[in-house]
Amino acid sequence: MATIELQKVEKRFGDFQAVKPMDLTIHDGEFVVLLGPSGCGKTTTLRMISGLEAVTSGTILLDGRNVTWLHPSERDIAFVFQLYALYPHISVRDNIAFPLRAQGESKETIEKRVKEVVDLLQIGHLLDARPGKLSGGDQQRVALARALVRRPAAFLMDEPLGALDADFRESMRAEIKQLHIDQHATTVYVTHDQVEAMAMGDRIVVMSDAEIQQIGTPSEVYYKPANVFVARFIGSPGMNLARGHYSEGRVRLKGQNNVYAVPDDWQQALGKALGGSGDVLVGFRPEAARISADGPIAGEVYATELQGAYVMLYININEDEIIHIRAERIHQHQIGDTVRFDIDPRMVRFFDPASERAITREAAQ
Amino acid sequence: MSVQANAPRLSSQERARRRYLTDRAIVNLFIWPTLILLIAINLFPLFYSLYLGFTDYSAIARQVPVWVGFKNFSDILNDQQMWKYFATTGKYALASVGLQTLLGFALAMLVREKFRGSGLLTTLILIPMMISPVVVGLFWKLMYNPTFGFFNYLLGFTNPSTGPDMLASRFAGKVVPNLALWAVVLVDVWMWSPFVMLLVLSGLKAIPDYLYEAAAIDRASSWFQFWRITLPQVAPLLLIAVLFRTIEAFKAFDLVMGMTGGGPGDQTELIAVNLYRQAFLGQWRTGRASALAYIVLIIIIAVSNLYIRYLNKMRGES
Repeated sequence: MATIELQKVEKRFGDFQAVKPMDLTIHDGEFVVLLGPSGCGKTTTLRMISGLEAVTSGTILLDGRNVTWLHPSERDIAFVFQLYALYPHISVRDNIAFPLRAQGESKETIEKRVKEVVDLLQIGHLLDARPGKLSGGDQQRVALARALVRRPAAFLMDEPLGALDADFRESMRAEIKQLHIDQHATTVYVTHDQVEAMAMGDRIVVMSDAEIQQIGTPSEVYYKPANVFVARFIGSPGMNLARGHYSEGRVRLKGQNNVYAVPDDWQQALGKALGGSGDVLVGFRPEAARISADGPIAGEVYATELQGAYVMLYININEDEIIHIRAERIHQHQIGDTVRFDIDPRMVRFFDPASERAITREAAQ
Repeated sequence: MSVQANAPRLSSQERARRRYLTDRAIVNLFIWPTLILLIAINLFPLFYSLYLGFTDYSAIARQVPVWVGFKNFSDILNDQQMWKYFATTGKYALASVGLQTLLGFALAMLVREKFRGSGLLTTLILIPMMISPVVVGLFWKLMYNPTFGFFNYLLGFTNPSTGPDMLASRFAGKVVPNLALWAVVLVDVWMWSPFVMLLVLSGLKAIPDYLYEAAAIDRASSWFQFWRITLPQVAPLLLIAVLFRTIEAFKAFDLVMGMTGGGPGDQTELIAVNLYRQAFLGQWRTGRASALAYIVLIIIIAVSNLYIRYLNKMRGES
């Protein structure tokens, strides 16, 4: 198993900056998810770790060993491709045995190790088929088996579930997570699906515009987003960000006569960050809003969506500012109704609209 | 509608005739001339020569074909000389197809890599294939000439009495058996390796990059990648190239005729050359030659079938 360390790793394709210099340490046995919208550089980062893509500058350490300029085959890592990349002309058995044969392992060793992973992934019945005859999920299982059979220092996975059907993805997600718990292998997993990232990652690296936006546990990136991008990107829908002006412990929201009293423990931080007073974004998750007749913020119901256990309300609190509120099903809200709500003081967050960075209480101390 | 209005007025007779020009009639109009041509110059000779193969007949004799049954076939198959020609043809096919395959594959691997001028190089390599075989034969005949030919000069033999005379199967005056046959093989390889290259190249380009990426991750050496990925992936196209070349090698005529005419002695007397000799050059044994042509045809069909079976087997598995 291994620690992976990226130091100022950067990738440029001509004039295009695919990955801005980034630092990242992935600990031994950790499951780290690189999450971001397409084109954010997450796959390029993964390919640089694997050696399939050369770095433009920077250093990659694997267990303290500098592997920056080593060929993929010299790095002792396994890579699971989005489209499986199985060898189409040989059987599943030969696909799984391929990395061992390439290493010139003995027949007995190959047979033993193949049997181990095949039992682990329960794909014994597929061994004699050609990959092309298998379903997407089975192909990905075979690809995982081919990666596992090597017993590599680390696993790199590039959207391994991206090509699967939605309901199937969930069960494969659990399989991969279970596999990681069993094997305790360092894993770097790339996805654009934040639900997948939240479900699987020990830590999530949120990327956008070729750079890291935040590194944290799923709960950290969800409850304490480092900036506006992360706040909006994580969660579906993302965090509500209401524009307002802060002064003397209150935020006057844009538009209507909505005045939000800032919780006491936030006032010092806001005062310090904004220099007494200034524009601010009030951030809160849909589930942090509490509907009540005497709530300080009012808005008009713009649309409602029944989500099964709850109703998602689209509330217009300003001419062009729609926020989402999770409401219980028993409350009946008609479009056009006025709704008043308060925000759970433990779940409110503030952002500086100029820098788009989160304002934190820690920084104020 | 306006088109109709502006159309010249047709007499009822003309209109009737046009109506008869149905789609079916147009199809027939286009197809029959070609079909007639094919029947006249392909199908008829094919079946007529089959008939002639069972007769005693000479195209220049004022005599109708006389039915002799399988006599021509048994004569040919009992003729030691004919077996020798078959053997020569087999040797020629094996050597030239084998070398073309190796060289063509190597060239394809070379020009597959993108480097400065690789496109131009590919085009240049393809040139020999585009020249008429008779011209190629004449060129090489001149190049092989021991006195003023370029070939010996390149090998470093400037004195004709100490160097090889390829087409005469001699080296410094001494007889070297089969040298002329190898000289013809060399030219055929020069001419047709590009063909193998072309087919293999298209096969190579169709191999997706991710297979090599997966192989790199799986720690496969270049050698291992070649044997386990590249070769199996291009095998179907390679086999088609080999099939085409094998068929051509069994029919090889123009190049050999142009260069050696079967000589020296009968060292390069390939079966097609001998067929031509029996059919036309002084002998005019049309019946026997027809029988021989059919024997060659059967051999080619048999060999092709072996290839095609193997090819289908390979395809069925992948």
